[in-house]
Amino acid sequence: MLTASTGVLTLGTVRFLFPNVLSEPPSKVKVGFPDAFDEGKVDERFKDKNIWVVKYQGKLIALSTTCTHLGCTPNYLEKEGKFKCPCHGSGFFGPAMGDPGINFEGPAPRPLERWSLSIGDDGQVVVDKSRKFQQERGEWTNVDSYIKV
Amino acid sequence: MSVGDFIRNSQVWKSIFRHPAPRDRRNRVVVMLTNVFLHLHPVSVRQSGIALSYTWCMGGLTFFLFLVETITGVLLMFYYRPTLEHAYNDILGLRDVATLGVLRELHRWGAHAMVITIWLHMYRVFLTGSYKPPREFNWGVGVILLVLTLLLSFTGYLLPWDQLAIWAITVGSNMARAHPVVGHEGPGSSLITVGGVNLIHSGSDARFLLLGGRAVGGETLLRFYVLHCVAIPLAAAVLIAVHFWRVRKDGGISGAL
Repeated sequence: MLTASTGVLTLGTVRFLFPNVLSEPPSKVKVGFPDAFDEGKVDERFKDKNIWVVKYQGKLIALSTTCTHLGCTPNYLEKEGKFKCPCHGSGFFGPAMGDPGINFEGPAPRPLERWSLSIGDDGQVVVDKSRKFQQERGEWTNVDSYIKV
Repeated sequence: MSVGDFIRNSQVWKSIFRHPAPRDRRNRVVVMLTNVFLHLHPVSVRQSGIALSYTWCMGGLTFFLFLVETITGVLLMFYYRPTLEHAYNDILGLRDVATLGVLRELHRWGAHAMVITIWLHMYRVFLTGSYKPPREFNWGVGVILLVLTLLLSFTGYLLPWDQLAIWAITVGSNMARAHPVVGHEGPGSSLITVGGVNLIHSGSDARFLLLGGRAVGGETLLRFYVLHCVAIPLAAAVLIAVHFWRVRKDGGISGAL
Protein backbone atom coordinates (compact mmCIF):
# COMPACT_ATOMS: atom_id res chain seq x y z
CA MET A 1 0.00 0.00 0.00
CA LEU A 2 2.82 2.35 0.93
CA THR A 3 4.83 1.50 -2.18
CA ALA A 4 1.75 1.93 -4.34
CA SER A 5 0.92 5.37 -3.00
CA THR A 6 4.58 6.48 -3.13
CA GLY A 7 4.81 5.25 -6.70
CA VAL A 8 1.64 7.02 -7.75
CA LEU A 9 2.72 10.28 -6.11
CA THR A 10 6.15 10.09 -7.72
CA LEU A 11 4.75 9.37 -11.17
CA GLY A 12 2.22 12.13 -10.71
CA THR A 13 4.92 14.60 -9.73
CA VAL A 14 7.06 13.69 -12.73
CA ARG A 15 4.12 14.03 -15.14
CA PHE A 16 3.27 17.39 -13.54
CA LEU A 17 6.71 18.65 -14.52
CA PHE A 18 6.10 18.09 -18.26
CA PRO A 19 4.40 21.23 -19.58
CA ASN A 20 1.35 20.75 -21.80
CA VAL A 21 1.38 24.22 -23.32
CA LEU A 22 4.30 25.83 -25.08
CA SER A 23 4.57 29.33 -26.47
CA GLU A 24 6.70 29.04 -29.57
CA PRO A 25 6.84 31.20 -32.69
CA PRO A 26 5.08 29.76 -35.79
CA SER A 27 7.19 27.25 -37.67
CA LYS A 28 6.15 28.47 -41.16
CA VAL A 29 7.95 31.55 -42.47
CA LYS A 30 7.26 33.35 -45.77
CA VAL A 31 10.52 34.46 -47.35
CA GLY A 32 9.43 36.10 -50.61
CA PHE A 33 8.79 35.20 -54.22
CA PRO A 34 10.92 32.53 -55.93
CA ASP A 35 12.42 34.94 -58.47
CA ALA A 36 13.61 37.38 -55.76
CA PHE A 37 16.80 35.44 -54.98
CA ASP A 38 20.18 35.68 -56.71
CA GLU A 39 22.18 32.66 -57.86
CA GLY A 40 25.12 31.85 -55.60
CA LYS A 41 24.00 34.28 -52.90
CA VAL A 42 23.01 33.75 -49.27
CA ASP A 43 19.98 35.71 -48.02
CA GLU A 44 20.54 36.64 -44.38
CA ARG A 45 17.31 38.57 -43.83
CA PHE A 46 15.73 35.66 -41.95
CA LYS A 47 18.77 34.65 -39.89
CA ASP A 48 17.02 35.61 -36.66
CA LYS A 49 14.38 33.03 -37.59
CA ASN A 50 17.04 30.34 -37.99
CA ILE A 51 16.90 30.42 -41.83
CA TRP A 52 19.44 31.14 -44.57
CA VAL A 53 17.91 31.13 -48.05
CA VAL A 54 20.51 30.08 -50.61
CA LYS A 55 20.18 29.77 -54.38
CA TYR A 56 22.56 27.09 -55.62
CA GLN A 57 22.65 25.70 -59.15
CA GLY A 58 19.16 26.97 -59.84
CA LYS A 59 17.64 25.56 -56.66
CA LEU A 60 16.36 27.47 -53.63
CA ILE A 61 17.52 25.93 -50.34
CA ALA A 62 16.60 26.86 -46.72
CA LEU A 63 19.56 26.16 -44.44
CA SER A 64 19.26 25.92 -40.66
CA THR A 65 21.52 28.40 -38.87
CA THR A 66 22.23 25.97 -36.04
CA CYS A 67 25.78 24.58 -36.01
CA THR A 68 25.66 20.80 -35.84
CA HIS A 69 28.50 20.72 -33.33
CA LEU A 70 26.98 22.18 -30.14
CA GLY A 71 24.23 24.51 -31.34
CA CYS A 72 25.79 27.97 -31.78
CA THR A 73 24.92 30.20 -34.77
CA PRO A 74 27.61 30.35 -37.50
CA ASN A 75 28.40 33.49 -39.48
CA TYR A 76 28.36 33.68 -43.27
CA LEU A 77 31.72 34.96 -44.45
CA GLU A 78 30.95 36.08 -48.00
CA LYS A 79 34.56 36.89 -48.92
CA GLU A 80 35.69 33.40 -47.95
CA GLY A 81 32.54 31.81 -49.30
CA LYS A 82 31.83 29.72 -46.22
CA PHE A 83 29.80 29.54 -43.03
CA LYS A 84 32.06 29.67 -39.97
CA CYS A 85 30.95 28.98 -36.42
CA PRO A 86 32.51 31.36 -33.87
CA CYS A 87 32.22 28.93 -30.98
CA HIS A 88 34.63 26.15 -31.99
CA GLY A 89 35.53 26.87 -35.61
CA SER A 90 33.24 24.52 -37.53
CA GLY A 91 33.18 25.39 -41.23
CA PHE A 92 30.41 24.66 -43.77
CA PHE A 93 30.39 25.11 -47.58
CA GLY A 94 28.91 28.33 -48.90
CA PRO A 95 27.36 28.29 -52.40
CA ALA A 96 30.72 29.33 -53.87
CA MET A 97 32.49 26.26 -52.48
CA GLY A 98 30.02 23.47 -53.13
CA ASP A 99 26.73 22.02 -51.91
CA PRO A 100 25.74 24.60 -49.24
CA GLY A 101 25.95 23.34 -45.67
CA ILE A 102 28.41 20.46 -46.07
CA ASN A 103 30.83 20.42 -43.11
CA PHE A 104 34.46 20.53 -44.17
CA GLU A 105 36.48 21.85 -41.24
CA GLY A 106 36.30 21.97 -37.46
CA PRO A 107 34.45 19.70 -35.04
CA ALA A 108 31.03 19.67 -36.71
CA PRO A 109 30.19 16.00 -37.27
CA ARG A 110 27.61 16.48 -40.03
CA PRO A 111 26.29 19.09 -42.49
CA LEU A 112 23.86 21.87 -41.62
CA GLU A 113 20.24 20.77 -41.72
CA ARG A 114 17.78 22.01 -44.35
CA TRP A 115 14.19 23.05 -43.81
CA SER A 116 11.24 22.03 -45.93
CA LEU A 117 10.23 24.44 -48.74
CA SER A 118 6.97 24.91 -50.58
CA ILE A 119 5.10 27.53 -52.61
CA GLY A 120 2.28 29.15 -50.65
CA ASP A 121 -1.16 30.19 -51.89
CA ASP A 122 0.05 33.66 -52.82
CA GLY A 123 3.03 32.31 -54.75
CA GLN A 124 5.58 33.12 -52.09
CA VAL A 125 8.16 30.63 -50.89
CA VAL A 126 7.17 29.17 -47.49
CA VAL A 127 9.86 27.65 -45.21
CA ASP A 128 8.47 25.03 -42.81
CA LYS A 129 10.78 24.53 -39.82
CA SER A 130 8.73 21.68 -38.43
CA ARG A 131 10.35 19.41 -41.02
CA LYS A 132 14.07 19.03 -41.55
CA PHE A 133 16.33 17.17 -43.97
CA GLN A 134 19.70 15.79 -43.09
CA GLN A 135 22.31 15.12 -45.78
CA GLU A 136 23.93 12.28 -43.86
CA ARG A 137 20.63 10.41 -44.04
CA GLY A 138 20.42 10.94 -47.79
CA GLU A 139 17.46 13.28 -47.34
CA TRP A 140 18.77 16.17 -49.41
CA THR A 141 17.49 14.46 -52.53
CA ASN A 142 13.97 14.76 -51.14
CA VAL A 143 11.82 17.00 -53.37
CA ASP A 144 10.49 18.99 -50.39
CA SER A 145 13.97 20.17 -49.39
CA TYR A 146 14.45 22.49 -52.38
CA ILE A 147 12.54 24.53 -54.97
CA LYS A 148 13.69 24.53 -58.57
CA VAL A 149 13.63 28.07 -59.92
CA MET B 1 18.72 44.10 42.82
CA SER B 2 20.47 45.22 39.61
CA VAL B 3 18.68 45.73 36.28
CA GLY B 4 20.30 42.57 34.95
CA ASP B 5 19.04 40.53 37.87
CA PHE B 6 15.57 42.01 37.49
CA ILE B 7 15.46 40.99 33.83
CA ARG B 8 16.85 37.57 34.48
CA ASN B 9 14.24 36.91 37.14
CA SER B 10 11.34 38.05 34.98
CA GLN B 11 8.77 35.62 33.65
CA VAL B 12 9.52 36.51 30.03
CA TRP B 13 13.19 35.75 30.40
CA LYS B 14 12.68 32.54 32.31
CA SER B 15 10.25 31.21 29.74
CA ILE B 16 12.83 31.73 26.98
CA PHE B 17 15.98 30.70 28.83
CA ARG B 18 15.12 27.91 31.20
CA HIS B 19 18.61 27.43 32.59
CA PRO B 20 21.20 29.92 33.79
CA ALA B 21 24.19 30.67 31.57
CA PRO B 22 26.83 27.90 31.49
CA ARG B 23 29.15 27.97 34.50
CA ASP B 24 30.11 24.38 35.18
CA ARG B 25 30.32 21.19 33.11
CA ARG B 26 26.92 19.78 34.05
CA ASN B 27 25.16 23.07 33.54
CA ARG B 28 26.93 23.55 30.18
CA VAL B 29 25.68 20.18 28.96
CA VAL B 30 22.13 20.94 30.13
CA VAL B 31 22.10 24.28 28.31
CA MET B 32 23.47 22.70 25.10
CA LEU B 33 20.95 19.90 25.11
CA THR B 34 17.88 22.03 25.78
CA ASN B 35 18.57 24.67 23.09
CA VAL B 36 17.43 23.83 19.56
CA PHE B 37 20.33 25.66 17.90
CA LEU B 38 23.02 24.58 20.31
CA HIS B 39 21.93 20.94 20.48
CA LEU B 40 22.93 20.51 16.81
CA HIS B 41 26.55 20.94 17.87
CA PRO B 42 28.69 18.53 19.89
CA VAL B 43 29.01 19.47 23.54
CA SER B 44 32.78 19.47 23.21
CA VAL B 45 35.29 18.92 20.39
CA ARG B 46 38.72 17.36 20.45
CA GLN B 47 41.66 19.68 20.14
CA SER B 48 42.81 17.75 17.07
CA GLY B 49 39.61 18.90 15.40
CA ILE B 50 41.02 22.37 14.91
CA ALA B 51 44.44 21.26 13.70
CA LEU B 52 44.41 23.14 10.40
CA SER B 53 47.46 21.36 9.04
CA TYR B 54 45.45 18.14 9.29
CA THR B 55 41.89 19.13 8.38
CA TRP B 56 42.58 22.21 6.19
CA CYS B 57 39.11 23.30 7.42
CA MET B 58 37.91 23.12 3.79
CA GLY B 59 34.73 21.29 4.73
CA GLY B 60 33.95 23.97 7.27
CA LEU B 61 34.74 26.69 4.73
CA THR B 62 32.45 25.02 2.20
CA PHE B 63 29.61 25.06 4.69
CA PHE B 64 30.37 28.67 5.55
CA LEU B 65 30.22 29.54 1.85
CA PHE B 66 26.93 27.66 1.55
CA LEU B 67 25.52 29.93 4.26
CA VAL B 68 26.98 33.01 2.55
CA GLU B 69 25.40 31.95 -0.72
CA THR B 70 22.04 31.37 0.95
CA ILE B 71 22.03 34.76 2.64
CA THR B 72 23.30 36.74 -0.35
CA GLY B 73 20.95 34.73 -2.55
CA VAL B 74 17.89 35.60 -0.47
CA LEU B 75 18.86 39.27 -0.52
CA LEU B 76 19.29 39.21 -4.28
CA MET B 77 15.81 37.76 -4.62
CA PHE B 78 14.36 41.07 -3.55
CA TYR B 79 15.57 42.71 -6.74
CA TYR B 80 15.53 39.95 -9.37
CA ARG B 81 12.55 38.82 -11.42
CA PRO B 82 12.98 35.55 -13.40
CA THR B 83 11.07 36.67 -16.50
CA LEU B 84 12.20 37.26 -20.06
CA GLU B 85 11.55 40.97 -19.93
CA HIS B 86 13.11 41.68 -16.52
CA ALA B 87 15.92 39.21 -15.75
CA TYR B 88 18.82 40.87 -17.59
CA ASN B 89 17.90 44.40 -16.58
CA ASP B 90 17.38 43.45 -12.95
CA ILE B 91 20.93 42.15 -12.81
CA LEU B 92 22.15 45.41 -14.34
CA GLY B 93 20.08 47.23 -11.73
CA LEU B 94 21.81 45.33 -8.95
CA ARG B 95 25.13 46.37 -10.40
CA ASP B 96 24.39 50.01 -11.11
CA VAL B 97 21.53 51.11 -8.89
CA ALA B 98 21.02 48.95 -5.82
CA THR B 99 22.95 49.91 -2.67
CA LEU B 100 25.65 47.33 -1.97
CA GLY B 101 24.69 45.70 -5.23
CA VAL B 102 28.15 44.16 -5.01
CA LEU B 103 26.18 41.41 -3.25
CA ARG B 104 25.58 40.02 -6.72
CA GLU B 105 29.33 39.75 -7.26
CA LEU B 106 29.77 38.26 -3.77
CA HIS B 107 27.22 35.66 -4.68
CA ARG B 108 29.03 34.82 -7.90
CA TRP B 109 32.51 34.76 -6.37
CA GLY B 110 31.17 32.72 -3.45
CA ALA B 111 29.91 30.15 -5.92
CA HIS B 112 33.33 29.88 -7.57
CA ALA B 113 35.03 29.72 -4.18
CA MET B 114 32.64 27.02 -2.98
CA VAL B 115 33.53 24.73 -5.87
CA ILE B 116 37.22 25.25 -5.13
CA THR B 117 36.84 24.55 -1.40
CA ILE B 118 34.80 21.42 -2.16
CA TRP B 119 37.56 20.05 -4.37
CA LEU B 120 40.20 20.86 -1.73
CA HIS B 121 38.01 19.21 0.90
CA MET B 122 37.68 16.06 -1.21
CA TYR B 123 41.42 16.05 -1.78
CA ARG B 124 42.10 16.35 1.98
CA VAL B 125 39.64 13.57 2.82
CA PHE B 126 41.37 11.40 0.25
CA LEU B 127 44.87 12.19 1.55
CA THR B 128 43.91 11.40 5.16
CA GLY B 129 42.15 8.19 4.20
CA SER B 130 38.93 9.42 5.79
CA TYR B 131 36.88 7.65 3.15
CA LYS B 132 37.90 4.16 4.25
CA PRO B 133 35.43 1.77 5.94
CA PRO B 134 33.19 2.50 7.79
CA ARG B 135 33.21 6.00 6.30
CA GLU B 136 32.53 5.00 2.67
CA PHE B 137 28.86 6.01 2.85
CA ASN B 138 29.75 9.51 3.97
CA TRP B 139 32.14 9.80 1.02
CA GLY B 140 29.22 8.84 -1.22
CA VAL B 141 27.02 11.48 0.42
CA GLY B 142 29.81 13.97 -0.20
CA VAL B 143 29.92 13.07 -3.89
CA ILE B 144 26.19 13.70 -4.17
CA LEU B 145 26.73 17.04 -2.45
CA LEU B 146 29.41 17.80 -5.04
CA VAL B 147 26.95 17.06 -7.86
CA LEU B 148 24.30 19.24 -6.18
CA THR B 149 26.78 22.09 -5.87
CA LEU B 150 27.68 21.82 -9.55
CA LEU B 151 23.97 21.77 -10.41
CA LEU B 152 23.51 24.90 -8.32
CA SER B 153 26.27 26.50 -10.38
CA PHE B 154 24.64 25.28 -13.60
CA THR B 155 21.15 26.54 -12.78
CA GLY B 156 22.40 29.81 -11.35
CA TYR B 157 24.44 30.49 -14.47
CA LEU B 158 21.29 30.93 -16.55
CA LEU B 159 19.66 33.54 -14.33
CA PRO B 160 21.44 36.67 -15.64
CA TRP B 161 19.91 35.78 -19.02
CA ASP B 162 22.82 37.08 -21.07
CA GLN B 163 24.43 35.52 -24.15
CA LEU B 164 26.91 33.57 -22.04
CA ALA B 165 24.09 32.13 -19.94
CA ILE B 166 21.76 31.16 -22.78
CA TRP B 167 24.40 29.46 -24.89
CA ALA B 168 26.04 27.67 -21.95
CA ILE B 169 22.70 26.16 -20.99
CA THR B 170 21.89 25.37 -24.64
CA VAL B 171 25.11 23.41 -24.99
CA GLY B 172 24.70 21.73 -21.60
CA SER B 173 21.12 20.72 -22.21
CA ASN B 174 21.96 19.42 -25.68
CA MET B 175 23.79 16.66 -23.88
CA ALA B 176 20.46 15.53 -22.48
CA ARG B 177 18.95 15.05 -25.95
CA ALA B 178 21.85 12.78 -26.92
CA HIS B 179 21.33 10.53 -23.90
CA PRO B 180 20.50 6.89 -24.59
CA VAL B 181 16.81 5.97 -24.46
CA VAL B 182 15.56 9.16 -22.79
CA GLY B 183 17.07 11.63 -25.27
CA HIS B 184 15.26 12.05 -28.57
CA GLU B 185 18.50 12.17 -30.57
CA GLY B 186 20.29 9.45 -28.65
CA PRO B 187 20.60 5.74 -29.36
CA GLY B 188 17.53 3.77 -28.45
CA SER B 189 15.24 6.80 -28.55
CA SER B 190 12.60 4.84 -30.46
CA LEU B 191 12.63 1.99 -27.96
CA ILE B 192 9.79 3.28 -25.80
CA THR B 193 6.69 3.05 -27.97
CA VAL B 194 3.07 2.55 -27.02
CA GLY B 195 0.73 1.40 -29.73
CA GLY B 196 3.13 2.48 -32.47
CA VAL B 197 3.54 6.00 -31.05
CA ASN B 198 7.09 6.96 -30.14
CA LEU B 199 6.99 8.30 -26.57
CA ILE B 200 10.39 9.99 -26.69
CA HIS B 201 10.50 12.98 -29.06
CA SER B 202 11.65 16.58 -28.97
CA GLY B 203 8.57 17.49 -26.95
CA SER B 204 8.81 14.75 -24.35
CA ASP B 205 12.41 13.68 -23.79
CA ALA B 206 14.77 14.34 -20.86
CA ARG B 207 15.91 17.63 -22.38
CA PHE B 208 12.29 18.79 -22.64
CA LEU B 209 11.78 17.98 -18.97
CA LEU B 210 14.92 19.90 -18.02
CA LEU B 211 14.17 22.97 -20.16
CA GLY B 212 10.38 23.03 -19.84
CA GLY B 213 10.29 23.51 -23.61
CA ARG B 214 12.04 22.61 -26.83
CA ALA B 215 14.55 25.44 -26.55
CA VAL B 216 15.97 27.60 -23.76
CA GLY B 217 13.21 30.11 -23.10
CA GLY B 218 11.05 31.72 -20.46
CA GLU B 219 9.91 28.40 -19.05
CA THR B 220 13.52 27.35 -18.66
CA LEU B 221 14.38 30.52 -16.78
CA LEU B 222 11.56 29.99 -14.30
CA ARG B 223 12.33 26.30 -13.91
CA PHE B 224 16.02 26.93 -13.26
CA TYR B 225 15.14 29.73 -10.84
CA VAL B 226 13.00 27.41 -8.72
CA LEU B 227 15.61 24.67 -8.85
CA HIS B 228 18.38 27.11 -7.96
CA CYS B 229 16.61 28.89 -5.09
CA VAL B 230 14.45 26.18 -3.55
CA ALA B 231 14.70 22.59 -4.72
CA ILE B 232 18.44 22.00 -4.87
CA PRO B 233 19.28 24.02 -1.70
CA LEU B 234 16.67 22.00 0.21
CA ALA B 235 18.13 18.73 -1.03
CA ALA B 236 21.63 19.97 -0.23
CA ALA B 237 20.58 21.03 3.28
CA VAL B 238 19.19 17.59 4.03
CA LEU B 239 22.33 15.88 2.77
CA ILE B 240 24.58 18.31 4.64
CA ALA B 241 22.78 17.30 7.83
CA VAL B 242 23.41 13.63 7.02
CA HIS B 243 27.02 14.40 6.15
CA PHE B 244 27.71 16.20 9.46
CA TRP B 245 25.82 13.61 11.48
CA ARG B 246 27.97 10.89 10.01
CA VAL B 247 31.19 12.73 10.87
CA ARG B 248 29.91 13.27 14.42
CA LYS B 249 29.00 9.65 14.93
CA ASP B 250 32.24 8.37 13.46
CA GLY B 251 34.34 10.04 16.12
CA GLY B 252 34.16 13.74 15.26
CA ILE B 253 36.28 15.59 12.72
CA SER B 254 39.80 14.14 12.62
CA GLY B 255 38.88 11.90 15.52
CA ALA B 256 39.45 8.17 15.78
CA LEU B 257 36.45 5.87 15.55
